[in-house]
Amino acid sequence: MTTESLIWLLPLPPLLSFFLIILFTNRNRALSHTIGVGAAALAWLGSMIVFLRAAFGEGGFHHLGEHPFHSAIAWLPVGETTFNIGIQIDPLSAATLFFVGWTIFMIFLYSVGYQNFGQPEGDHDKKGLPPHGATVTDEHGHKHTVLSIEPNYSRFFAFLSLFAFGMYVLVVSDNLLTLFVGWEIMGLCSYLLIGFWFAKPSARAAAIKAFMTTRIGDVFMLLGLAYLYSQTGSLSYRVIFSPEVLEHLAHDPAVGGFLGLTTASLIGILFFMGTIGKSAQFPLHVWLPDAMEGPTPVSAMIHAATMVSAGVYMVIRIFPILSAGAEHGLTPAMSTLAVIGSFSALFAATIAIAQNDIKRVLAYSTISQLGYMIAALGIGAYVAAAFHLITHAFFKALLFLGSGSIIHGMEHGILHTGDHHMDPQDMMNMGGLRRSMPITFWTFLIGGLALSGFPFVTAGFWSKDEIFADAFANGHYTVLIVLALTAFLTAFYTMRQIMLAFAGEPRTKEAEHAHETPWTMTVPLMILAVFAIAAGWVGIPNDFLGLNLGEINWIHGVSYTLVLSEFELEGITFSFIPLTISLAVALGGLVVGGVMYRDFKAGQTDPVKKMLGGFHAVLQNKYYFDEFYHATFVRFSQWVSETFSFQWIDRGIIDGFLHTLARVAFFLGGVFRDRFELPVISGGADWVASVFQWFGQTFRTIQSGRVQQYMILVLVNVIAFGFLFYYLVEVVGR
Amino acid sequence: MTPVQVLFIISSLALLGLGFMVVTTRNLVRAALYLIGTLFSVAVVFVLLEASFLAVVQVVVYIGAIAILFIFAVMLTRRVMQDTGSQTNSNWPWAALVALLLFGGLTYILTSWSGSSAEAPALSSQSDMVTELGKALVNPDAYILPFEVASILLLAALIGAVVVAWDRD
Amino acid sequence: MVPLSWYLIVAAGLFCLGLYGVLSRKNMVAILMSVELMLNAININLIAFWRYQDPARIVGQAFAIMVFAVSAAEVAVGLALVISLYRRRKIVIAENVDLMKW
Repeated sequence: MTTESLIWLLPLPPLLSFFLIILFTNRNRALSHTIGVGAAALAWLGSMIVFLRAAFGEGGFHHLGEHPFHSAIAWLPVGETTFNIGIQIDPLSAATLFFVGWTIFMIFLYSVGYQNFGQPEGDHDKKGLPPHGATVTDEHGHKHTVLSIEPNYSRFFAFLSLFAFGMYVLVVSDNLLTLFVGWEIMGLCSYLLIGFWFAKPSARAAAIKAFMTTRIGDVFMLLGLAYLYSQTGSLSYRVIFSPEVLEHLAHDPAVGGFLGLTTASLIGILFFMGTIGKSAQFPLHVWLPDAMEGPTPVSAMIHAATMVSAGVYMVIRIFPILSAGAEHGLTPAMSTLAVIGSFSALFAATIAIAQNDIKRVLAYSTISQLGYMIAALGIGAYVAAAFHLITHAFFKALLFLGSGSIIHGMEHGILHTGDHHMDPQDMMNMGGLRRSMPITFWTFLIGGLALSGFPFVTAGFWSKDEIFADAFANGHYTVLIVLALTAFLTAFYTMRQIMLAFAGEPRTKEAEHAHETPWTMTVPLMILAVFAIAAGWVGIPNDFLGLNLGEINWIHGVSYTLVLSEFELEGITFSFIPLTISLAVALGGLVVGGVMYRDFKAGQTDPVKKMLGGFHAVLQNKYYFDEFYHATFVRFSQWVSETFSFQWIDRGIIDGFLHTLARVAFFLGGVFRDRFELPVISGGADWVASVFQWFGQTFRTIQSGRVQQYMILVLVNVIAFGFLFYYLVEVVGR
Repeated sequence: MTPVQVLFIISSLALLGLGFMVVTTRNLVRAALYLIGTLFSVAVVFVLLEASFLAVVQVVVYIGAIAILFIFAVMLTRRVMQDTGSQTNSNWPWAALVALLLFGGLTYILTSWSGSSAEAPALSSQSDMVTELGKALVNPDAYILPFEVASILLLAALIGAVVVAWDRD
Repeated sequence: MVPLSWYLIVAAGLFCLGLYGVLSRKNMVAILMSVELMLNAININLIAFWRYQDPARIVGQAFAIMVFAVSAAEVAVGLALVISLYRRRKIVIAENVDLMKW
């Protein structure tokens, strides 16, 4: 099978899995998860084959950059040309395929255990609510409550499959339209999956919030798509990233001279707004923490592996447009990226240090790391951004799945003690889990160290270091300082999280009774941990520490994606300063966090709270952004729809217009009937009838029945005719 | 004024006068008698026209049969109709008008007609009128057919009259 | 030396009298009498024309014979009808026989 055919087939297994589960195998849970995991496995296998052929085929990434795997079909005839859609695998998408395939497969496998397959049905579990446990009686007659299987088990795998389909479509597409299609499919699935437990009001609200917020970004992205299409007549990568088109876009001013931007910059900013929504950057970041309402595999999928990565992938993809026109230095679009990215990074990190929910910390951490990637792209560090995207996917997925494992363990403890009001996700209730959940502990630790950027042995270190090096080498010191500060906070809150969950002694009875989760959950953790360690080594710079290590840097091959755009990425030389900075902040944060939370006991106040005082409340409440948005945008749009649109316009004007029309019609009908139809038409008909009646009544008196009368009439007529004939013959004839 | 003319005038005056009495008198029996008088005057006129056979037939048939029939009918229907009250109905002005107009018109035509003042041509004295009439009535080339049809008609009328007036009790 | 027209005028006069009688008399028998007058007038007409136009042709007289026969038949039937009507409905006034009206 040719590689192109294989690439076409990549999104197919998850799509088939979705339809099969939804239509046919919904009742059979084992069959459903087999189909789901099997589809993910098939897609993984396909992506691995494609990646290997791409990376290690003839000429490697260098050759792939100039000759990407490409195949297109003519889809839509428009005027004289046709709009083509197809697939394209170049170095960037090959690398993305790699981590997408692995993370999706691991998450599917994990979900089997997370949704408690094999466990009995719950006592009073309802579809739409999380499972609450089942009572089992063992052979001694003792009753235990154990975890029960998720009631909507098959539905979960169906939606997860649809989600995977959307991501694969986005990655393999060769044009922005199908990318957008995959983007939107994932938006839909995020709604469906965040609101998976739809009977919980908080989950419903979170799902709507997520969808609405990303939609705002999507509207701008669609504007950008339309604008780009109108300027270039195509959405295919080969066309829009060609040097001629980029020249044209870079030198044309934007429509109406908008803010003095060039066309390319405006397009770039519009597209970036889509990413602000999808990748939860400031100011559209509010949906991501609430999205933790969904089951943990969903959080991992959406917020680590796929959806938020799609936002960054798209921005990386349109990098040629973003940077078009700037010979050296940054275009306005890139500056926007840098500012928003670095700000979001620091902003989210400050909030994360004050959160107590284990998943919230990770959510804000995701926002923060995405900010890193966007800031990196904003300063032109194309390869660094892509590199961080890949490593982040691995260790963030690992962290989320690990947190799910922890939550599962805590729930086991809740079922044991029977206290259902305790929140299993609250880190203040944990503690000492390293003994009862060792695999989870070690893998979570590896993930946390990768996130913090622990030197040399974790993937996060290499990618973060790349970003610092780029920022330093190109003189973007503001960005460097902000990102460094963020790195410090990242390390701090990660260590805080690990210490609170695993270190010390169990702070509650539930934590005492937690135990390790089944193999379907721990095996993915272990596999992802391997990547979290090793994935960074492909990005070691060739001149690291001043040594000449040969051609060890492999990730640089991603930059060959830009070959077709005739882009020259500047190489950077190694410098000790960014290395020192990154080591300092990483280790410093880890140490500070470890020291502060050593011996944290139950009932103690959080040391962070003691340090920050009143400001802690601001951080914990996320700078009151949700309240601000609610008071302004949400209430305003509710007013517009309820009062303005519904009552004033719809019922008042439109319905009023219709009612008036009806009344006028009635009135006219009455007028026509009374003034015209009855007197004239009906009256006319009646009058004709009465005329005939009068004639009949008048003339019937001739028939009197009397013979003499008849005779008189006859004779009178005869005489009259006689006279007439005489007159005619005698007088006129002469 | 030849005697024929005088006779003619006398008889025609009688004719018209008696005829007028027929149509105006109240008493039906008198009307019948006036009718007899009129019929007799007609017979006289026939004689003047040298149709002597017809004059006799007129007297015999009309006066002798038909007038008698009328008298019988008058007698038989006498009970209801008293000789009181008007004998003319409400249409008599119109009837008079029609009659006068018709008479006027006919008179006008007849006086302005060219052949009206002709002298009577001479009769051929070869054959007797009656014989000729008799021959004509039974001659197959002449008028045997109307003759026979007339007799059938009379027969039908006879039977019809009997049937119609039969007293069905 | 009586001109034809005199005879014809007399016949016309008798005819019109008879017509007047037919149209204006109430009694049915009187009407039939008036009809007889009319028929006699016709006869006079026929004979007058026979005598003054072509006495050799006997058709005038033959025609007059037919008229005699017909008038006799008609009177017979007419009076039979009157008698029948009288017997049934005791009516001899023509105006009262008006069943065939509107």
